[in-house]
Amino acid sequence: MSAVSIKNVSKEFKGGTKALEDIDLEIEQREFVSLIGPSGCGKSTLLRIVGDLIEPTSGGVTVNGKPARQARHDHDYGIVFQDPVLYDWRTVARNIALPLELAGWDRNRRSQRVDEMLDLVELRGFGEHHPWQLSGGMQQRVSIARALSFDPALLLMDEPFGALDEMTRERLNAELLRIWQASESTIVFVTHSIAEAVFLSTRVVVMSSRPGRVSKLIPIDLSQPRSAATREDPRFFELATEVREALHMGGGYDMPLAATGLSEGAT
Amino acid sequence: MMLARRARDWLPALGVFVAGIGLWQGFVKGLHVQRFLLPAPSAIWTAFSSNQNQLWHEGWFTFQEALGGFAIGCTAGILFAIIVARWDLLGSALMPYAIAANAIPIIAFAPITNAWFDPLTKTSKMVIAAVLCFFPVFVNVVRGLRSVKPEQIELMRSYAVGELTVFRLVRVPTALPFLFTALRVASVLAMIGSIVAEYYGGSLDALGANIEQDASLFQFEKAWAEIIIASLLGIGFYLAVVALERLATRWQPREEIVGA
Amino acid sequence: MASVAVERPLAEDAPVKRARRRGLLLLAVLVLLWGFWEGFRALGIHYGWQRPFTVDATSMPHIHDMIWALFQRPNPEAPLLIVTLLKAAAFTGREAALGFAMGATGGFAIGALLAHSRMLQRGLLPYVVASQTIPILAIAPMVVIWLASVQVTPWVSVAVIAAYLTFFPVVIATIRGLQAADHRAVELMRSYAANRWTVLWKLRFPMALPFLFSALRISATASIVGAIIGEQPSSIAGGLGGAILNFAQYYSFQPQNLWATNIIAAALGIAFFLVVVAAEKLVVRRAPEHVA
Repeated sequence: MSAVSIKNVSKEFKGGTKALEDIDLEIEQREFVSLIGPSGCGKSTLLRIVGDLIEPTSGGVTVNGKPARQARHDHDYGIVFQDPVLYDWRTVARNIALPLELAGWDRNRRSQRVDEMLDLVELRGFGEHHPWQLSGGMQQRVSIARALSFDPALLLMDEPFGALDEMTRERLNAELLRIWQASESTIVFVTHSIAEAVFLSTRVVVMSSRPGRVSKLIPIDLSQPRSAATREDPRFFELATEVREALHMGGGYDMPLAATGLSEGAT
Repeated sequence: MMLARRARDWLPALGVFVAGIGLWQGFVKGLHVQRFLLPAPSAIWTAFSSNQNQLWHEGWFTFQEALGGFAIGCTAGILFAIIVARWDLLGSALMPYAIAANAIPIIAFAPITNAWFDPLTKTSKMVIAAVLCFFPVFVNVVRGLRSVKPEQIELMRSYAVGELTVFRLVRVPTALPFLFTALRVASVLAMIGSIVAEYYGGSLDALGANIEQDASLFQFEKAWAEIIIASLLGIGFYLAVVALERLATRWQPREEIVGA
Repeated sequence: MASVAVERPLAEDAPVKRARRRGLLLLAVLVLLWGFWEGFRALGIHYGWQRPFTVDATSMPHIHDMIWALFQRPNPEAPLLIVTLLKAAAFTGREAALGFAMGATGGFAIGALLAHSRMLQRGLLPYVVASQTIPILAIAPMVVIWLASVQVTPWVSVAVIAAYLTFFPVVIATIRGLQAADHRAVELMRSYAANRWTVLWKLRFPMALPFLFSALRISATASIVGAIIGEQPSSIAGGLGGAILNFAQYYSFQPQNLWATNIIAAALGIAFFLVVVAAEKLVVRRAPEHVA
């Protein structure tokens, strides 16, 4: 059974803008798939359709063999946004515990799990802090811990490191890979950084814009586990070049803009 | 250490207080200012201490009016805000009118509430205080409930929870700082509103009526003592709301400004 | 987020269409209020409601009677009520406008001073807050007497009382607003070797404008309130405050006159408010910021 199965999905917004057209994509269990493409290619929209946060105009999505809505109600996935979206009035620990509270876990189990999660994202000792006391990178780690806290089979990430500086981003990339391997989950990751996509993924989905389509699937055969050395591997450069070329093929006039690191929302 | 810092924060204010009282006393005594213009602090203090029981009794009477009006007005403001914020269309249609209505000099209606309700009761003043409190609370809570970020709602949607849970877990905490900003304003308005309403006729148990009477009987020192009681109660009320706010929104970083 | 960006409506409504829709909405709201009032009144009189207050022709005059009263003479020698009231509104409006100007200027000056120094803020701000808990009405007669002793005309004294209510929101907003400038923007100004004054006028002041205007909106109302209640204990009869006291005495005979007066007072308050809103639209050509 595939983790995510996207069949013939199209999305047209009110006013007639075609965001996505005929998307077909199968994502297997334990895969780490990155969606990359220029601004306006609908990659964030696609992620939200998988999470049943937006409904497709036509086509269907199944997650773990279930319709997307069913999967959402069963808490099959966790989601991380570009903003950490932490609740200011809750401590770090209670932010992480939020989905557990909603799922009805009792207090002891909750606090035990929160401790595990704080260890996982290396924030032990910060549980009683409030979000405003943390740096942007730390906040995003809390957000990841929250998404993973209830052990979802699928993790949806919408440019989670887009607002962070390069150093922090690379460190969190490495941490994310470690977490992914420890947690046995499937990850769908939206980004517009080529290096990030290649470094993290088992497969990169290159999308083109207006309307958004899948223009190329590129398997990433870099060996696991990956490390700082991976970034200097000649194969890494070959793959990055392949992704870059695929992006340019698919109407890449937007690339210079996307490469500046501006988020889709900001443009 | 905490205490030392507190003391240092309040030292300038204390200094201003002492200097202010000293200047006032010196000014009145030195220039022989007539007592109907401005009594000396020492004379006010004498009037204050010799009438203490009566003064606190009057103060308590007026404070009850203010508190009652505050409770009614704020509750109504919050309830209406919840309804209006729930139905977006209703909210955007009604908000301009609520904001414009806020510009009506409500105090001018005090003679009417005195005609509606027995002017000797507390109710007639409570109503004025309540209407005064209603608008700032209503406007601010609507603003607060609607200032939730869309992603926070999306996150909640990803957990497949109902609207009531979103309301409790996201909208209410987001709106709390907005609510308290309004409550601080409302606490001062309620106290002032009650006193002013008493001016238009009211029980002689109340502060406002007494200030008016004492001033017309040339008991200026006592009138000033009553003004000071009114002010002390107003400050107390305000500080109580601030304390409640600190308790309810402990997550927030402390703000520097006392009044805003 | 792409989803949000794309869903924006494509074309803005034509301004004419929007104005018409607003007009209709205003009409609907007024009709609704009118229906509520008359409905409550009819039910109350029919069932003899005593709570929350006794509903009868005195406590709730017909709305059309209030409007009608505006075009009657309160007594045979007097001019039409609306003439008297508009004169009174002009009188009160003048007091309020002067008070507003003094309060706003004074408030800005105090705020700018306090924003400058934390020491001054600690020393004085608590008293600025405390000043608002003093029932201004109680000291209004004294203010009039004080100022009369230095040859100030009574209406100007009332303006001073209005200014007392006006200045407070402006002080708070000025402090907040002047400190709201992004420190990077300040650094940029420094890099141009700008001095304190230039930073204040070219950067901090424009940044503070949205804060200031939201305070001025509150102050506009406060100045009217101050003028109305300032007139009353000072025995100034020419304004709305005097008219309210006067008609309040005859409420049991002619309730509609007091209501009519209050309608004019409400209109004056709203007019002042709208003037500030219009000024804000002219001056602050930026996305509206919600600063409470």
